[in-house]
Amino acid sequence: MKTTRPFVLLLLLLGVLCSGLAAKIDCWFVRWPGNHEASFDPLDVMLGGGQKLFATFFYREADVYYHSGYYPTIFDNRGAFETAHMAEDTGAIASHNRGEEGGFMGPPLDFIDRFNRHFIPNRHSHLDEGGPTDDLSKSGEVREILPWLKISSELDPEDIQTYIVTAYWLRTRMGQVAEGERVLREGLRYNPNNPQLLYELGRVYYENYHNLPRARNIWEAAVRSWYAGMAGKPDSEKFSFDNKFLLEQLQTHLALLEEDAGNFSAAITHLEQAKTVSPSPAELQKQIEELKEKLAAQTNAPAATTR
Amino acid sequence: MKKIFAIGNVVLLEMYRRKDFYVLFIVTALITAVMGSVTFFNNAQIVRYLKAISLFLIWASSLFIAIGATARQIPAERESRTIFPLMAKPVSRAQMLVGKFLGCWLACGLALVIFYVFFGCIVAAREHQWPLANYFQAWSLHWAMLGIVVAMTLFGSLVLTAVSSNLTITFIATVAILLVGRYLHKVALSMTEPSAAIFTGLYYVIPHLELFDVRDLIVQDWPPVPWGIWLIAIAYAAVYTGLLLLLSWLVFRKKVLR
Repeated sequence: MKTTRPFVLLLLLLGVLCSGLAAKIDCWFVRWPGNHEASFDPLDVMLGGGQKLFATFFYREADVYYHSGYYPTIFDNRGAFETAHMAEDTGAIASHNRGEEGGFMGPPLDFIDRFNRHFIPNRHSHLDEGGPTDDLSKSGEVREILPWLKISSELDPEDIQTYIVTAYWLRTRMGQVAEGERVLREGLRYNPNNPQLLYELGRVYYENYHNLPRARNIWEAAVRSWYAGMAGKPDSEKFSFDNKFLLEQLQTHLALLEEDAGNFSAAITHLEQAKTVSPSPAELQKQIEELKEKLAAQTNAPAATTR
Repeated sequence: MKKIFAIGNVVLLEMYRRKDFYVLFIVTALITAVMGSVTFFNNAQIVRYLKAISLFLIWASSLFIAIGATARQIPAERESRTIFPLMAKPVSRAQMLVGKFLGCWLACGLALVIFYVFFGCIVAAREHQWPLANYFQAWSLHWAMLGIVVAMTLFGSLVLTAVSSNLTITFIATVAILLVGRYLHKVALSMTEPSAAIFTGLYYVIPHLELFDVRDLIVQDWPPVPWGIWLIAIAYAAVYTGLLLLLSWLVFRKKVLR
């Protein structure tokens, strides 16, 4: 009868060798810079840098839902969809769109193409305007974009636009202001002092909470952050379309806030600053003139009452 | 006709005994249930993502069932040599082919009914509505499309020697048509000859399966397709199915069975 002892011993030896090797490799793996397990995020471990690609896909998917499926593919002209419309409509993100948004399909190429268009979404509409039915009472259906935005922000927490779009629609159409604020604060946790996020947070305090001092503080912090971020950068980058748009928005909103608070001279100062980066300075100049008249009336009014 | 239905009935019974459908249905139901249990921003009314996932799973499952079951029909009969007693009944090759097609297609239709009822229940639980016309159109167009796929697979099982190659090629061809079939002509316009002519020719020859994919209309709550258009699409599917069955018969008629 053959004894099993040598086999058991060999098995034990192999077991010890395996454990030793695993422990050795594990020590090296923990120190290895490419180790994604350090974050303990399963998505990070599985997808690594590819997460950003998926995040972009899901962000776009949200815009597809915003259009109820009427959206250009890689085979269509995407000029009018360069900037997601759901982001453009927030007013916080500069638009790079050009061309006709309703006609990316062009005229039908043949009878199959013409027939095919009956079976796909074939008309431009936005969910917040009622979608394909144009029924404004259904504008709350814009909520359908939220799952994709949530997934997108989970995959790429450094994408600012996702937080801004999510927060905007949560607070304006869902009535979930606190939830919107929470999203922005989460964004700020990953992207501290980001001026775009601060701008949107200021809007929450200004438009929803009507807390002018808090909104002013946040927007002023955003302006400081904008200048700090641009320090040392060449003018071409500093005054890029997106950066100028953000600064103009911040200054005009600060001006609006100061006007509401009755601080006309401060409002004029902000508008003057906005004018330097605005594509339509004449419009702002008109507002400045109006504010100057209001300021003059304000300064004259106490004098008249004392007399 | 009796013989055709008899063969079709045997195929149907065989499909009923197979585990494919049950497994795919359970997987679809499980994934849909798990995804449905997720709540985004405390808003329980969000439903379209769930509809999209569920319909995608239904489409994928139906393609697996249709191609998987059909591809094995004739090769299995030949391998087990049951094709000879069947032919000796006497049953003509055309009757056998149509019987096999009918069995597979009906089985797909039944599976689709169960899938769509499940889908309707899941959506109704959240949306509290039953757009029956839309569901009927989606189901019927889907079923008509599967008719073309089943006929295509039958044809493949006569032309290609191995079941695995038929499965792979038919599956790839079906998915490719669904994904890019619509754009072939557009792509051809930006090409030079002879690729442009090849792509344009391909565009006009292939069965446009993507026509029958109205998932976007269902998910995004679009109104139903006009009934006249729906009828033309069904007729289009019938013509292609007929053509593919005719081609299959032409191949099968001359095939030497060993």
